[in-house]
Amino acid sequence: MPNDDHSHSLLPSDPALRVKALETLLVEKGLVDPAALDEIIDTYSHKIGPQNGAKVVAKAWVDPDFRAALFADATSAVRDLGYYGRQGEHMVAVENTATTHNLVVCTLCSCYPWPLLGIPPGWYKSDAYRARAVREPRAVLLEFGTTLAPETKIRVWDSTAEIRYLVIPERPAGTDGWSEEQLANIITRDAMIGTKLVEVPA
Amino acid sequence: MSRVHDMGGRFGDGAIDPNEPDAVFPQDWHGRALALTLAAGGLGQWNLDISRHARECLSPTDYVRFGYYEKWIAGLTDLLVNNGVVTQEELSTLTPTPNSPLQERKMLAENVAKILASGGPANRPSDIPALFTVGQRVKTRSHGNTLVDGGHTRLPSYARGKAGWIIQHHGAHVFPDSNAHRLGEAPEPLYSVGFYAQDLWDNAENPEDEVVLDLWQSYLEPA
Repeated sequence: MPNDDHSHSLLPSDPALRVKALETLLVEKGLVDPAALDEIIDTYSHKIGPQNGAKVVAKAWVDPDFRAALFADATSAVRDLGYYGRQGEHMVAVENTATTHNLVVCTLCSCYPWPLLGIPPGWYKSDAYRARAVREPRAVLLEFGTTLAPETKIRVWDSTAEIRYLVIPERPAGTDGWSEEQLANIITRDAMIGTKLVEVPA
Repeated sequence: MSRVHDMGGRFGDGAIDPNEPDAVFPQDWHGRALALTLAAGGLGQWNLDISRHARECLSPTDYVRFGYYEKWIAGLTDLLVNNGVVTQEELSTLTPTPNSPLQERKMLAENVAKILASGGPANRPSDIPALFTVGQRVKTRSHGNTLVDGGHTRLPSYARGKAGWIIQHHGAHVFPDSNAHRLGEAPEPLYSVGFYAQDLWDNAENPEDEVVLDLWQSYLEPA
């Protein structure tokens, strides 16, 4: 069991040097392949990110069969599109409507649907968001420039287990006849967390 | 009693800055810290719950002053030592002892894509019957980890001793309160449980707003 003796204080205090020291030690011990680290960084920098989730949302907007499958079993539905993996093993899609708005947080750490949205932004991991999103979601949304009608109920999902949540935002007016690709281009990461709405660019 | 990471509902944090750099890893070492944590996890010497608990065991002073990836690196360093992967002497001198028996478990670059894509599901078969049905009223227990004093739990302080209702049953999942302390996976039924804001907070913004948490059966009792 991890105890409260803090071995990390033995390393250099500057975080960049601390990481470098630990990497060098583990590489020299033959336990870490630096090329594997490069590959992990490349994967989450370029291959896995909110563009994946945007394709899921766009498809849910235009394809009623996919939409039904997504709300019945999101893990299978997104896996069929090729999106599965670490931190996305158990997916649930939650739908914004005229009467309900969904917002996702992890108050205990930073759980987030990696295969669909990538690595979470800094604000999602911040103490302020973690502390406040559950108690004052409307105040939090205002800081993102998002105002809801007072009669719209908010449901905040605190990701306390291995279930990961994807918000399916409301499709904005003025997008009739748009292709999935056009729609995906306006669907933002923040809208799939629930801090913003999807808007048609002016 | 709670630990420093258990901050849901806490007062005193300032405004959130939603406008930040678009870069996934604003500093190069952030990506290195994440990748190093994943690669070291691949050595198989701890599980996800143990690694979360390592970060939670940072002293409150460190937890507050460390940035996000500093917490990861500190947690990883403590995990490496506590699990015998590296020694404190190796850390102090940055001089490796040769011939680690874990070398054959090293995550290779050509396997990264497959490993990240395969994930690690937390659902398990279980003989424990589900005691609650969708819509049923439940109440959460009022204490944290009952197996280990000060141990890992996924029942946040703000949701202890509160009344809610079952929204969904997810089958049996690995129980973190046990798994984080090498006491076995002990899978048990997991539920999404809804709570009215007015039942959680002294002054809810809107009493009808809801907070939903994913909670294990032993956190719950019939209301």
